Amino acid sequence: MNQDIVKRERIQALQQEILSMQGYRPSQEAVPLDTGLGPVLRAFPNHTFPTAAIHEFLSLDAMQGAATTGFISSLLGTLMRKGPCLWISPQPVIFPAALSLFGLPPDQVIFTRVSRSKDLLWVMEEALKCASLAAVVGEVRDLGFTPSRRLQLAVEESRVTGFLHRPGCRAPGPTACVSRWQVSSLPGLTEEGLPGVGFPQWQVTLSRIRNGRPGSWQIGWSDGRFRVKAGQPASRTQTITLATA
Amino acid sequence: MKRYVSLWLPFAVTDKMILLQPELRETPFVLAEQARGRMMIWHASPEAVHKGIRIGMAVADARAILPDLEVLPYLPGFTEQLLTELALWCLRFTPVAGIDPPDGLLLDMSGCAHLWGGEAAYREDILKQLKQLGYRVRAAIADTIGAAWGMARFGAEPGIVVRGGQLEALLPLPPAALRLEPLLLDKMRKLGLRHTGSFIRLPRTVLRRRFGQVLLNRIDQALGQAIELPTPVQPPVLFREQLPCLEPICTATGITIALEALLERLCRQLLKEGQGLRKALLKCYRLDGDIQQIVIGTNRPVRDKAHLFKLFEQKISTIRPALGIELFLLEAPVTAPLSVQQETLWAVPGDSDGNTALAQLLDRIAGRVGNDAIRRYLPAEHYWPERSVKVAVTLDEQAKTPWRCDRPRPVYLLPRPERIEVSVPLPDYPPLFFLHKGQRHNISKADGPERIEQEWWLEERPVRDYYMVEDDQGARYWLFRSGRYEEEDKQPEWFLHGFFA
Repeated sequence: MNQDIVKRERIQALQQEILSMQGYRPSQEAVPLDTGLGPVLRAFPNHTFPTAAIHEFLSLDAMQGAATTGFISSLLGTLMRKGPCLWISPQPVIFPAALSLFGLPPDQVIFTRVSRSKDLLWVMEEALKCASLAAVVGEVRDLGFTPSRRLQLAVEESRVTGFLHRPGCRAPGPTACVSRWQVSSLPGLTEEGLPGVGFPQWQVTLSRIRNGRPGSWQIGWSDGRFRVKAGQPASRTQTITLATA
Repeated sequence: MKRYVSLWLPFAVTDKMILLQPELRETPFVLAEQARGRMMIWHASPEAVHKGIRIGMAVADARAILPDLEVLPYLPGFTEQLLTELALWCLRFTPVAGIDPPDGLLLDMSGCAHLWGGEAAYREDILKQLKQLGYRVRAAIADTIGAAWGMARFGAEPGIVVRGGQLEALLPLPPAALRLEPLLLDKMRKLGLRHTGSFIRLPRTVLRRRFGQVLLNRIDQALGQAIELPTPVQPPVLFREQLPCLEPICTATGITIALEALLERLCRQLLKEGQGLRKALLKCYRLDGDIQQIVIGTNRPVRDKAHLFKLFEQKISTIRPALGIELFLLEAPVTAPLSVQQETLWAVPGDSDGNTALAQLLDRIAGRVGNDAIRRYLPAEHYWPERSVKVAVTLDEQAKTPWRCDRPRPVYLLPRPERIEVSVPLPDYPPLFFLHKGQRHNISKADGPERIEQEWWLEERPVRDYYMVEDDQGARYWLFRSGRYEEEDKQPEWFLHGFFA
């Protein structure tokens, strides 16, 4: 019995060591940033949302793109308490006035329009090295393994959180990002018996997470916080179908 | 007190031709152009002049004197071009250099000579360097442009007129030293006025009656009683630093070292004046006379050496040194006040908004993709969606009014609304379904309408009735109907304007 406890402690210590070697350093802050994701946090290593990492989001069309933008914005709302954010995209389609609905100050977001994907990745890497930014969002469709590795190395140094939105990406290859998400719209959250569209709700699928457990959740956004509805861990087959979809 | 150097290059054009075609060095040659049906000589080489060829002769006459005379075509505008090139080269001696056609240059040397250790050394250096380039040149220094001009062409060595000594210096010179027209000179020659001294002290009324106002103007200009200013080939820049090189530089490492040294000096100069740099220019003067330059701009006044160096570093590879660079010039044409307090405020590590590091990042990005690419938005007090945000001018500009959250707005707003086909059961009802890009979207839930009218004092366009709709897939759209149901035969058009999250 006593040996079991010692063994478990030893294994936990080793797991922490592996995590730190893979770039998951425990955050310096005493209280970890509360993203308000609730049950979703169980999917992540250490049960905290990995900041200082690159998160990859796939979207197929404009509708999914808008849903993904909404979900990223609501995550940014918490992250941007630390500082401003740089949003790099090839086209200026994001409407800043709408971002305030997701709890982030739109005037703290610096939009950068870069059309060539090579330049875009350069700008993103430079931005990720800048520790006074809280987060960087980049919209790029094609991404090889080497550039993604460069981005991941940049954030491990500066502790900035990176979001990589890949609109229209049908065949995502291997990347060095810690997670891969897919967000699509669900019918809005409405009060029983009331007409109207209601609050935004998404089907959020975490198809890949390094050292965590993938899963899929229905997440809504109302009154400035997440409403996580049902959580079911994504099965192995689901992950594969998403990756090949 | 102003001081001017006048340079006289009597054979500038032919010297240049010899530089371009070294085989011409020994042969007498002229440059001629077709004029009034015959070839007129505009420039003659020293060899040819020595043999008796004069400018303004016809080529046929010259051939009679010298049968083996080489005649080259003269391209119009070549002289001005050459002089401008030389004046730009002379910017290493002074920030104000101008051309003085047909065969001279004019430098405003006020406050420059002490850097060379006196006027004599300054003049010597100019002469030496120009001679090394292969030009025959004479130079004179005086308080006025007129006096320097005359002394350069007709005066004796060493060609330096002491302060206020224009009159004494001009007395023994011929009247031509006053820059007069040939007709007037001819008249003076006939009257036996061989020296300036024989008429310059005559009463002004007498001179005006005999020779006209032109002569009086020229005398006043030469003596400094009338103001005459040089026209610089380039507007002078307040903040500039230069670095001449002993050996020509042709490697990126060499350029880097030169740039660092120049930035160090420029930043010190800026600090002394309490200025920060908004735009800077690095000019590289090449051995072959070409000038290569790179430009950087910053988002806010900067005098941080390391940051400026990073901005330049991105562009060093675009410089083509060819045979080598002999002179580097760093200029700051645009500056803005930057106090020491401001600078220290930004430099504090871990300052709350980290604006310094951020501003430096934005400068680097702007250097690569252009300044227009970077935008920050502030709320504007307009309901019309396209006008409800405005671009912030500076990084520090704060929102004057809070962002409105009381109305639903889409996260994606199409830059230009897209036409859709709809099916509407009743006027002022949301559509049942709509067709967009050939795809049918059945609407299950809808909010609206929200009527938004255009400000009539800005633009006249039909009103828009916005609906937020959700299709059976759960995707949410922002649609609007343009105009009212007023006319019987004309149906209002529907548009898709955005996507909700």
